Amino acid sequence: MEVKKMICINCPLGCSLEITIDGEEINVSGNKCKRGREYGISEIKDPRRIVTSTVRVLNGDKMLVSVKTSREIPKKLIFDVMKEINGVKLKAPVSIGDIVIKDILGTGVDVVATSNAKKI
Amino acid sequence: MEREIVIIGGGPAGLAAAVEARKNGIEDILILERDKSLGGILQQCIHNGFGLHIFGEQLTGPEYADRFIKEVEKLNIEYKLDTMVLHISSDKTIQAINPEDGIINIKAKAIILAMGCRERTRGALNIPGTRPAGVLTAGAAQRFVNIEGHMVGKKVVILGSGDIGLIMARRMTLEGAKVEMVVELMPYSTGLKRNIVQCLDDFNIPLLFSHTVVRIHGKERLEGVTIAKVGDDRKPIPGTERFVECDTLLLSVGLIPENELSREAGVKINDITSGPVVDESMQTSIDGIFACGNVVHVHDLVDFVTEESRLAGRGAAKYIKKELKKSDERIYAKGNGGVRYVVPCIINSENVDNEVNFFMRVDNVYRNVYLCAKQGDTVITKVKKQMVSPGEMEHLKIKREVLKQIKKGEITFHLEEV
Ligand SMILES: Cc1cc2nc3c(=O)[nH]c(=O)nc-3n(C[C@H](O)[C@H](O)[C@H](O)COP(=O)(O)OP(=O)(O)OC[C@H]3O[C@@H](n4cnc5c(N)ncnc54)[C@H](O)[C@@H]3O)c2cc1C
Ligand code: SF4
Repeated sequence: MEVKKMICINCPLGCSLEITIDGEEINVSGNKCKRGREYGISEIKDPRRIVTSTVRVLNGDKMLVSVKTSREIPKKLIFDVMKEINGVKLKAPVSIGDIVIKDILGTGVDVVATSNAKKI
Repeated sequence: MEREIVIIGGGPAGLAAAVEARKNGIEDILILERDKSLGGILQQCIHNGFGLHIFGEQLTGPEYADRFIKEVEKLNIEYKLDTMVLHISSDKTIQAINPEDGIINIKAKAIILAMGCRERTRGALNIPGTRPAGVLTAGAAQRFVNIEGHMVGKKVVILGSGDIGLIMARRMTLEGAKVEMVVELMPYSTGLKRNIVQCLDDFNIPLLFSHTVVRIHGKERLEGVTIAKVGDDRKPIPGTERFVECDTLLLSVGLIPENELSREAGVKINDITSGPVVDESMQTSIDGIFACGNVVHVHDLVDFVTEESRLAGRGAAKYIKKELKKSDERIYAKGNGGVRYVVPCIINSENVDNEVNFFMRVDNVYRNVYLCAKQGDTVITKVKKQMVSPGEMEHLKIKREVLKQIKKGEITFHLEEV
């Protein structure tokens, strides 16, 4: 049996959760509402995060455009996703929503532009 | 040049005010922005989490800004970039400069101040030691990394656990730096919980409460800092000093509204917020000069900036159309017992559309309290709060009918035990 501590981030209260993992069984305590329980379980089973970063632009009116993963990706892939993002160079023009990397690392999630760059 | 409404600053505050003024029938609007693009500080805030209240989705800073820039363009609102406002006078004459036109003088019927805020720097903190390269504000680092594309260091200590510092801890880590620790003077963080978890805990970055940086080392480049524990008086405790090697120190120690121009014009400034004293329409002490966004008080959520700025845009439009009433019967709003300040603090109830949303900050962390508005000993309204903290802005709405009944006098905002 393993015990993990974390803070629920779903509301300003920030309950301190204690999560006990016993094989398949996950128990959450310390939560004041059910959102805390759901959060605790997903943080143990499949923690996910949005990653945001920047990508170089060639021939643009700026050096970089900002990007994000279109949905959350598994937390353990954060640094691998960063490596992929850092390997990309874009050509202006770039518009918000443009797909920068499709289906990154087979996650089914795209990396998309979140700012514009005009061609100069 | 003569204009009806001139807006100083093209950040989210200025943009929302411009759009709202146009929607309220004002054709002649000009936005002056010193940067090369519109959007203000949001352009460098590439993380997500903006717009949950206004758009019901989580946008990044540039995406949030873009929604308003698109609207400004669709409505054909005129703006000048690369244009720095140098002076404003009490008769609403503006002097600005840009490379194309040189010095421009504009006589405005109404002005909306939307200059945002700036970061407190090392000078404001008085940390002893040398003055090497590698000590900069978290916001400046954010600009270097996210806009200009160069990293500012490899081994980083961050002083202050405000949101910008937390966001930069993650950003620097993702770009390959090692963030040694975040050091916070207070026994609590002023940053959002979500940022503590996702920017620090996710990457095992330690957060040291009740600690500060007491000395800076290094000749040309920063070589390290000495940190120490502080007591309840927030003074360093002798004997607790410890050296931490680093090449970069990021300061995230607070924002100050940018009000040199407002002061020069003679606008009355509130000592606690360091922003203009404003009324229900976001009008300052000078008739026809309005203010909104971070220039009034520091916001943690841009959504509230937008809400407040729409009020300012509407207020300025009413002023031009001579629909803004001013009577001697005014209500003064004050913070008391745990509430540090309230915005707005003057209410002409005649001008209120539906209700007034009073924004405020508390002076400490409290659990299980009522946030209440009172007239004398009579409670006007109250809400129960399981927790309040100086890091999260609180608000309380009071309906127009209630304000009309009160008409004049004082409303005080308090925290009371449940
Ligand atoms: C470094 C930094 C990081 C931040 N990060 C976050 C965040 O992650 N999340 C969040 O919710 N909030 C963040 N904030 C708060 C954020 O600033 C506000 O939510 C919001 O951007 C405020 O909007 P504003 O329009 O009032 O100010 P700003 O966005 O600062 O815009 C003010 C504009 O006025 C212009 N200006 C100023 N003086 C002049 C002049 N004399 N002449 C012409 N133009 C002028 C400036 O160039 C700027 O474009 C951050 C603030 C700072 C300083
Ligand atoms: S468990 Fe519920 S009450 Fe506690 S922090 Fe999470 S969402 Fe808020």
